[in-house]
Amino acid sequence: LHGCAPVWLEIMKWNGWGYSDSRFLFNKKGQAEFTGKRYRLSGMIIPGLKDWFEGTFGANLQHKTPPTPLLTNTAVPPATLNEAFVEEVKSTGIPFSHDAEDRVFRAHGHCLHEIFALREGKIGRVPDMVVWPSCHNDVVKIVQLACKHNVCLMPYGGGTSVSSALECPPEETRSIVSLDTSQMNRILWIDEKNLTAHVEAGIVGQDLERLLNESGYCTGHEPDSMEFSSLGGWVATRASGMKKNIYGNIEDLVVHIKMVTPQGVIEKSCQGPRMSTGPDIHHFIMGSEGTLGVVTEVTMKIRPMPEYQKYGSVVFPNFEQGVACLREVAKQRCAPASIRLMDNEQFKFGHALKPQVSSIFTSFLDGLKKFYITKFKGFDPNHLCVATLLFEGNREKVLQHEKQVYDIAAKFGGLAAGEDNGQRGYMLTFVIAYLRDLGMDYYVIGESFETSVPWDRVLDICRNVKARIIRECKDKGVQFPPLSTCRVTQTYDAGACVYFYFAFNYRGLSDPVHVYEQVEHAAREEILANGGSLSHHHGVGKLRKEWMRDTISNVGMGMLKSVKDYVDPNNIFGNRNLL
Amino acid sequence: MLSSSGVVVDEEEEEQEEEQRGLWCSGPFGLTVFVNADKMSSGAVYSHKDPMLKKRDDFEDILEERRTSSDLRYALRCYTPVLYKGVTPCKTSVLKSMVLQSDQLHYVINQVSKESGRAADDVREEASAILEEMAHSLQLSTVRFFAFMLSKVFKTLFRSICVNEEGIQRLQQAIQEHPVVLLPSHRSYMDFLLMSYILYTYDVALPVIAAGMDFMGMKFVGEMLRMSGAFFIRRSFGGDKLYWSVFSEYVKTMLKNGYAPVEFFLEGTRSRTSKSLTPKLGLLNIVMDPFLKGEVFDVNVVPVSISYERILEESLYARELLGVPKPKESTSGLFKARKVLSEDYGSIHVYFGQPVSVRSLAEGRVNRCQFNLVPRHIPRRPSEEIQSFVNDSAYRLVRAQEENMVLKPWVLLASLLLQNHHQNRAAGQKPGMALDELTTQAVWLRDVSRQYGAFLHWPDHTSPSEVVSSGLSLHRALVRVCEGRVQLAVEQGEQGGPGDPRSTVTPEEELLSQAVVVLSCASYRNQMLHVFVRPALLASAIHIASSNQKQEVFNSFSFLRNMFSSEFILCPGATVQDFEEACYLLVKTGVLQVTQQEVLVTERGHRTLAFLTSMLDPFLQGYQVVCRFLCEEDTETLTEKQFIPAVRKFIVNHLLAGRLRYAEVLSSDLQKNALAALQRLGAVRKIKGVEPGTLKVNRVMVNSLEDTLGGKLPTQKSVSARL
Repeated sequence: LHGCAPVWLEIMKWNGWGYSDSRFLFNKKGQAEFTGKRYRLSGMIIPGLKDWFEGTFGANLQHKTPPTPLLTNTAVPPATLNEAFVEEVKSTGIPFSHDAEDRVFRAHGHCLHEIFALREGKIGRVPDMVVWPSCHNDVVKIVQLACKHNVCLMPYGGGTSVSSALECPPEETRSIVSLDTSQMNRILWIDEKNLTAHVEAGIVGQDLERLLNESGYCTGHEPDSMEFSSLGGWVATRASGMKKNIYGNIEDLVVHIKMVTPQGVIEKSCQGPRMSTGPDIHHFIMGSEGTLGVVTEVTMKIRPMPEYQKYGSVVFPNFEQGVACLREVAKQRCAPASIRLMDNEQFKFGHALKPQVSSIFTSFLDGLKKFYITKFKGFDPNHLCVATLLFEGNREKVLQHEKQVYDIAAKFGGLAAGEDNGQRGYMLTFVIAYLRDLGMDYYVIGESFETSVPWDRVLDICRNVKARIIRECKDKGVQFPPLSTCRVTQTYDAGACVYFYFAFNYRGLSDPVHVYEQVEHAAREEILANGGSLSHHHGVGKLRKEWMRDTISNVGMGMLKSVKDYVDPNNIFGNRNLL
Repeated sequence: MLSSSGVVVDEEEEEQEEEQRGLWCSGPFGLTVFVNADKMSSGAVYSHKDPMLKKRDDFEDILEERRTSSDLRYALRCYTPVLYKGVTPCKTSVLKSMVLQSDQLHYVINQVSKESGRAADDVREEASAILEEMAHSLQLSTVRFFAFMLSKVFKTLFRSICVNEEGIQRLQQAIQEHPVVLLPSHRSYMDFLLMSYILYTYDVALPVIAAGMDFMGMKFVGEMLRMSGAFFIRRSFGGDKLYWSVFSEYVKTMLKNGYAPVEFFLEGTRSRTSKSLTPKLGLLNIVMDPFLKGEVFDVNVVPVSISYERILEESLYARELLGVPKPKESTSGLFKARKVLSEDYGSIHVYFGQPVSVRSLAEGRVNRCQFNLVPRHIPRRPSEEIQSFVNDSAYRLVRAQEENMVLKPWVLLASLLLQNHHQNRAAGQKPGMALDELTTQAVWLRDVSRQYGAFLHWPDHTSPSEVVSSGLSLHRALVRVCEGRVQLAVEQGEQGGPGDPRSTVTPEEELLSQAVVVLSCASYRNQMLHVFVRPALLASAIHIASSNQKQEVFNSFSFLRNMFSSEFILCPGATVQDFEEACYLLVKTGVLQVTQQEVLVTERGHRTLAFLTSMLDPFLQGYQVVCRFLCEEDTETLTEKQFIPAVRKFIVNHLLAGRLRYAEVLSSDLQKNALAALQRLGAVRKIKGVEPGTLKVNRVMVNSLEDTLGGKLPTQKSVSARL
């Protein structure tokens, strides 16, 4: 029975981020390199990383904390199987497994505490069984059987959750079945007249883009996790993509959703682009985080692939100017496909990740640029920050657009800093999760979290949350100053999305994960106290549940609760997220 | 291990702890931020754990150096204070335009313009004029001038100016990390010049100081003060939205940008009685606002306690309290004060308290999300939650000021002499007490007050008799020593100028001039009231309670505390804590035994208890007389305005007739506080009668309050608080 999705398991790490072949390591010379062949950075030496790493965290390459190498099956709790359910599933012919590895792999997302436990070989409550439906009808059957036999179902897409959404509730006594959507990964049709595509919800982002690209289209939905996260997951968490300025967030992209619930299938009767038919039922589905049912098929908007793409970057003398520029760009509604502003610490971090340059000429140019910015323009290297840009469209319009944005930037003291810096900025997005695994090899733990906030509070929230993190680390006995940094990753008419990155060296702490959680908790309190939202796109899961009532009011909770009570009265979708 | 230079010597066997400490202090970010962070908990503001364990810093006399080196060089020396995160102070013009361009002011200008129908530009002009009138124009040259002049003046007036240098260091640290608010106690005009002088001396950033508009009346001096960092606010501007807006934005702009520490007096005005005044909340609200709204990470508030051994305005205050109106501040008046220069005013102690983090104060008390739904620049009344938070914080800060007030031995002597004065008078005995008796009692009181946590500056190396005589000689205007007996200088009955013969003195004039001395002495006694007030309330409660039952005593305590909450600094809503604190202290010092049910006075506790009750007795009697007045006199048409003169006349008659022993009841401060208490308790109401502010007296209630104060009526079961 084992091995229905063996390929996936073999190429993915079981206790870290991403592909098994891709990881950062310090080689024998003490230089950092990135292994594998999948990324632009793959196979390269990153000379600056070691110094940055040791300097920033007070870490030392001599002090290692390697993970437990192999999963020992004895550490995995035995499966509690509902025999009647198993029998009936068997008779449907839908593949399933209760192999320990399969179960453990689907028992977690990528929160720090989840990965930390895996690295230590500690396994908590895991699903008792995994099923792999291959189409909508399979899901209907499974849900019916689950209802019949009172089995707990937990939908599983790409497993990239960072909200403890995939954690099995320890108090759950029923058999927990992980419903893995990965085999429902086909594009069912493409409608070129209406520019829509009908897609099975288990497809992961990179496959969806690749397949659409083959027909000359794209969705343009590129969350940072798009290599691994699935369409169904995006819908269930209200995901946001890097290029939302052109293509929109998931709620703007979705035209039609089909979801299987214990009460039956929910969907709309037509594909009209907008309807006035009461509250939009899509909005009960989007963000339901697997508590109501399984999203099986989605009709999405598609666009012709952009003719031309251009990266760019702007250096600002300080973060305040940078934010002011982003605000102005948003005000004029001329944001490029993506515009992101990194603070000074992150700028330095990005700098440390520059791969070894091959030619003397490039390194000479780099030196010249640095000289120009810091000496000639008088930017303080400890204050300057950088915005990365991505333009898309036809060539002429892109160039025009680019000029408009750079002109605005100039008003805020911004200097164009080249395509390279921009492109590297976006590449970092994909490798940063790998870097966390490197940190964890050397006593450094960390994570990112996000919020959305009105424009007038962006600077305040950035300053206060970063300061709060530093203060809390100190108070909680962290022995080294933490990395506490942020970036503005999305702009809207009325506000922005802000990402915080936070990591520290935990040497000398007896329970680092607990300390980490306390600090993150405090940081979230600070975010809320500064007018930030509970989440912009990561979702609530179980990690941020405690703040839901304050976030949406008692009545709001009641509304959501009543939907849950109607749709799933027996709590078949019992992952206990959100409410 | 660390070498002396702080470098890790032994690399192989790393000592995690120490290696890492070092990193926090001088890590890649230069995070010195943390050095003091753990001292900043809200617990540092005020905790009544065990007053005997209070740790305080040592003092350093800053005049010592002034006496040996050039004042001119001192005034011209290089002055390079450290500022908040390294900002450079901005020009006043830049500051003003920041204020005028702020969102908040913009909003209010438009609002006022809409409401009044005036052109927005017109309103903006007005705002600009208000700002012009208000703003400081700190200039280093003026500061240097003051530094020079004040050095001369201070050296003549004072023996020493003692400052706790550790406090200055903490302040330096705080200024670098967060916007800082300085909250000195206010007992003298001298206070704010003194503060700036000290900060200049220690190379600390000079503060901008909120000053009352009355200073502006002094033509030249007003401008001088402005140039030394004062900004001027009108005494009352309750309804003036525009004024409030300019004012609050001005203060917040300075604070948020960290251009200078903001300094103001929490008590609002100089205390004429040396008791701390009920804190005023307006400015505290303003300086806490940027934190509450998330505009800064934190604000640090530094209580500063300035204790004068002898107050310059001593007899001025007493006269003012007795109804001789205070001379309007005028430049010529100030020069007349030159006579003052020839006198000895002892020493000053300035204690910079622990910086208090507003963030830690607010932790768990204020939900900052309340600002999420309305743009922050739109002025709104603070919510009830915030009002009560600011009020509680204000009380805690005043208590923090109080507890670091340095008490001189004279304060003990004044208390003892006053008590003795009244007891002798009652018993018709020979006035005064023997010097050695006074010394013995002073030593007893010294030990008691230390037990209660007083910050007493009693020189250890000197014999008690020397300490006593030195205290007496500094205050020879108030005491006479003849034939080995010490008494208050009330006999000659005048204070104004020695050798000024008065042929016809009416008994009332005689009484008033005696009262000047009594009130002056009382103001010194008042300096130690904060140490004893809770135990004294308990002592009096035991006295007036009908039984030893704990609940009974608590009810009396609660009644008295409620009665006197305008008179002394008693944090609102802290009755039970105060009762427990009082019990704790009196039990710990062996005065009381408190069981589950009963409160019992021990054999050796009587002396302390008697001292404590006598200390509070003038206030008890005073409030009773005020009640008597309201019951007996024709108060049908009495207005608030007429209250003080009328009650004063009533009291004078009582004193002359010998029905009242305490001349200090003549203090208008006490009379006002009593009226405020009666209004708070609902026994007196202000109504809109024929004349505004007419007082409506509920005689039955006033009468019963009087009886309860006199112990003739049992205290009602207190509704709100039970033990």
